[in-house]
Amino acid sequence: MNNPDHPGGKAERDRSVVVEDGLAKTNEPVSSAVAEPGAAARRHEPHEPPRQHLQEKLYKPREPVHNKRIDGPFRRFKWFVMLVTLGIYYVTPWLRWDRGPYAPDQAVLVDMANRRFYMFGIEIWPHEFYFVAGLLIMAGIGLFLVTSAVGRAWCGYACPQTVWTDLYQHVDRLIDGDRNARIRLDRAPWTWGKVFRRGFKWTIYALIGLITGGAWILYFADAPTLFRDFFAGEAAPIAYVTVAILTLTTVTLGGFMREQVCIYMCPWPRIQSAMLDEKSLIVTYKDWRGEPRGSLKKAKKQPEAFGDCIDCMQCVQVCPTGIDIREGPQIGCITCALCIDACDKVMAEIGRPRGLIDYATLEDCEREAKGETPRSPWRTLLRPRTVAYSLIWGSIGLALLFLLGVRSHTELTVSPDRNPPFMLMSDGSVRNSYTLKLRNMESRPRDMELSIEDLPGALMWSDTIRRADAASAQTVTVPADQTQTVRAYVMVPAGTPARDFTFRVTSQDEQRETDAVETRFSAPGDDQ
Amino acid sequence: MENKRIDEPTGTETVGHEWDGIEELDTPMPRWWLWTFYLTILFSVGYVIAYPAWPLVDKATAGVLGWSSRGELAKEIDAADLARESVREALARVPIERLPEDSALMAQAVAGGRAAFKVNCSQCHGSGAAGSQELGYPNLNDDDWLWGGDLKAIEYTLTHGIRQAGHDETRTSQMPPFAGAFDPAQLDALVSHVLSLSGKGQTSPAGAQLYADTCVACHGASGEGDRAVGAPRLNDAIWLRGSSREAIMRQILNPRMGMMPKWEGRLDPVTIKMLAAYVHSLGGGEDFVEVAEDPEVEVDEQP
Repeated sequence: MNNPDHPGGKAERDRSVVVEDGLAKTNEPVSSAVAEPGAAARRHEPHEPPRQHLQEKLYKPREPVHNKRIDGPFRRFKWFVMLVTLGIYYVTPWLRWDRGPYAPDQAVLVDMANRRFYMFGIEIWPHEFYFVAGLLIMAGIGLFLVTSAVGRAWCGYACPQTVWTDLYQHVDRLIDGDRNARIRLDRAPWTWGKVFRRGFKWTIYALIGLITGGAWILYFADAPTLFRDFFAGEAAPIAYVTVAILTLTTVTLGGFMREQVCIYMCPWPRIQSAMLDEKSLIVTYKDWRGEPRGSLKKAKKQPEAFGDCIDCMQCVQVCPTGIDIREGPQIGCITCALCIDACDKVMAEIGRPRGLIDYATLEDCEREAKGETPRSPWRTLLRPRTVAYSLIWGSIGLALLFLLGVRSHTELTVSPDRNPPFMLMSDGSVRNSYTLKLRNMESRPRDMELSIEDLPGALMWSDTIRRADAASAQTVTVPADQTQTVRAYVMVPAGTPARDFTFRVTSQDEQRETDAVETRFSAPGDDQ
Repeated sequence: MENKRIDEPTGTETVGHEWDGIEELDTPMPRWWLWTFYLTILFSVGYVIAYPAWPLVDKATAGVLGWSSRGELAKEIDAADLARESVREALARVPIERLPEDSALMAQAVAGGRAAFKVNCSQCHGSGAAGSQELGYPNLNDDDWLWGGDLKAIEYTLTHGIRQAGHDETRTSQMPPFAGAFDPAQLDALVSHVLSLSGKGQTSPAGAQLYADTCVACHGASGEGDRAVGAPRLNDAIWLRGSSREAIMRQILNPRMGMMPKWEGRLDPVTIKMLAAYVHSLGGGEDFVEVAEDPEVEVDEQP
């Protein structure tokens, strides 16, 4: 739009030379590399490059989307996914899982206060957070896998924004009627009837938001207890604040912003546009078949002059993001395939073959346009990229499962006292003190044997075991699901030099889990 | 500003500043921003009335709520004190020789003692309670005790101190200086005998005789010491002021005696109890044997 080579308007004056105080100054920018001394001090007159008027406004107000009701295979699949995803979200906190008397019985629980993450049979401690990180990485790569296999299927069916937007659009339809009724109501003046109707609808919006935000907090505490406390006004303030925030975001994002989240806020469409290529499955309009568009009447008169598209606008009216798929793939298209349902229905009514709008790859489209037989869309599922993603995804999963299977539920950390490093006893023997942490990750109390290796003649006692009972191995009971701190005193006979040795902990049950830590025994004359 | 003009593409007025051809648009602020701004002004009026706000000469305006950060701190300290109160009460009730029976209370006493030790005791005994041989501050981690290492003895030492001037109940004893009492050969023989008690040197009849004449009364025939008078053991590996011949000689001729202040009056009995439990827990604490002989220890209800 700006073209400095062709300054518009005849009123423009020559700005190449400026006369100031009777002195001509050049108005051309001078590079400091070639300018003579003082050139920088000679300012040229400020002016902006000539511009023409911008053609378009930078801001586009939202056009409300009133999507029409449609039924078809993809719509039914969307219903199914909605049911499953919402079901998982709302039901999961209420599932129970027996873990014995020492651990909570909620199947999925993020226990912030006790720093534990429970997921059915798996319990994650904070130091094992890499499992959660691994799950998140799997989720990310899973999205890549889904995108390269079936395009933006996540956006179209499973994304929470899509699911809740869909939910709210159904509420719109139930309260205000279908597309035309909603458009009429939108344009209608604010009568009491409209106020009442809107108030009723927004109350339902708020209720859905409340249930959504309310279910979220149930993942972080015992669901039945928190549910009771919440309505009794006895839950923690953070619970109410969280619910309030999530209610607000649900209503705002799902009830009012809707497709704008996908188009303007979400980074995922941008990432996906980089991942899509001519082999990706997209929802596309087969323009070689549809163009030029013409009504049924016109097509009847001149069958050869018009394509299959009768310009009935059904595909636009059912679109939940309000786009026209016939303009080609675009960022607003979440590939929910409702336009396929709509178009197939119309094609069936007018007796033309289905699939004017269809899931296809660009390659297939080109092939089909040339008259060749298209490959089945299923072929796109198996190609090097999807295989590679599946392999990466699967191997991370297997690695996590393997790690989960072989992880030990017993751990030991040792921290030797440095002040003083060693202690001379009255009989000349030398004593060192250590702070040991024995970790019992089973949800039952366990006896653990603590022993000393590679330190001949060593005796050990602790803050709870008397010196009279000192021995080279001691048994400590560690409470269920906890870390027990033991202050251990290790004593060797006089004259034993400083050396490295090993603390070993062994669980006294059928598992016989063990962990060993090497540390140092300090003695007089020890340089370390 | 004579340079003000309407910017063509946006239709907005410029502010009139210009630098090297760069100008600034005077874009009006968004409505929501302005309203937020007005709301903050309203809020500040309420805040100034309710809370301390205007700095005056020596203090700020108080605000009608009477809130102050100092008062808030005092409230929190009160709450913390209240939370500790039950532990302190329990500690005050339990006689110290019975403390180990309640391991939870003992653990709390040790934790409290650790904090009090850092504040009151680490100046001489060191933060690790390792003492100082050079300065004669005893190491509290080992199993060598001058005045006894059970809980009750430690508590007594803490309460009454050692050689605390002007205090009748303090632990006290005096080793006389022997400067001029021995000739060099005698002194040498005596030092050899003292070292031989812990197997470090060869004794001689003369040395043994000198020891028996002058030292046995307090330090015992085989150098076992006497806790009743705080006489150190001479037959063990721990030497408060060094085990070299010179160090021992110096200590015989001109003994240096340690002093520890009494903490009664400075610290409350419960803190002293906690300190005793902590020192006892450092690894060298001894069992209190008298309990078995006198099981009917009266529980002192008066803290």
